[in-house]
Amino acid sequence: MIELYVLLGLMIAGAVIAIEVKNLLSAVIAVGIVGLALSIIFLLLKAPDVALTQIVVEIVAVILLIRATLHREIALKSCGTRPFGAFMGILFLGLAVVAAIVTFNSLAPFGAPLMTVSQFYPMNAITGTGAINVVSSIILDYRAYDTLGEATVLFTAVIGVLTVMRSVGKKKEEDVQENHE
Amino acid sequence: MNAYMPYVLCMILFSIGVYAILAKRNIIKIILGVVIAEYAGNLFLILVAYKAGGRSAIFSETQVILPDSMVDPLPHALVLTSIVIGLATTAFLIALAIRLYGKYGTFDITRMRELRG
Repeated sequence: MIELYVLLGLMIAGAVIAIEVKNLLSAVIAVGIVGLALSIIFLLLKAPDVALTQIVVEIVAVILLIRATLHREIALKSCGTRPFGAFMGILFLGLAVVAAIVTFNSLAPFGAPLMTVSQFYPMNAITGTGAINVVSSIILDYRAYDTLGEATVLFTAVIGVLTVMRSVGKKKEEDVQENHE
Repeated sequence: MNAYMPYVLCMILFSIGVYAILAKRNIIKIILGVVIAEYAGNLFLILVAYKAGGRSAIFSETQVILPDSMVDPLPHALVLTSIVIGLATTAFLIALAIRLYGKYGTFDITRMRELRG
């Protein structure tokens, strides 16, 4: 599994570059490195459906972020750091990483998952739903309400974005009445 | 190598994202931190689901595949949902950032103190 460690190291390097580089456009491209390496990791971990979704989502997210940073004067604006926030962040995140390393010892080791709950799905996917892809049998049959909720969140977010980005504000009532007269 | 090493690297990636949220002043950097932390969360669930030597959770009509040889399919299905919701929240954050830039002319959150009606 050496390639997994190489890709994880690439992701961490890309994340550090994205956070620390001055030029905002370069930072957005570095996040693209992180997301595409993540989709290759998903392929290595035998999750092809997740990898396909990750590629599509990553490209759309990078396009949106480029749209936000495309102006000439925006991209070169230097970004400062809040010194107190940086100090406290490094202190407590270091503590959190140490605590997490201790906590991981109670998890099942990497490569040996607990299958107590999810043993049911591969056993019954074909006889229960007729789908040969177990993941699609879960998202479209066993947990279809989950997917419905996901679609609801997606449309709510689209409506929110349209509301925030609407260029023309709501007209005042007097103006509307004047226009009618 | 330690059996928990991928989890630790994933936790470091998450910490980088949270550090950006806590310490940066530029709102685009904060959004990038949110995105990175979200990727690390998804990656952790997929790492937990991996079975050494396992194969992807797809049966075949031409060859016999035992259910015991598959990786855990349940986190894959939940992470699919989580990725799409992450894109939706990222898009909303970017829309808010663009509007804030149009109103205040800066991405610096310390200069957005005064409210304008």
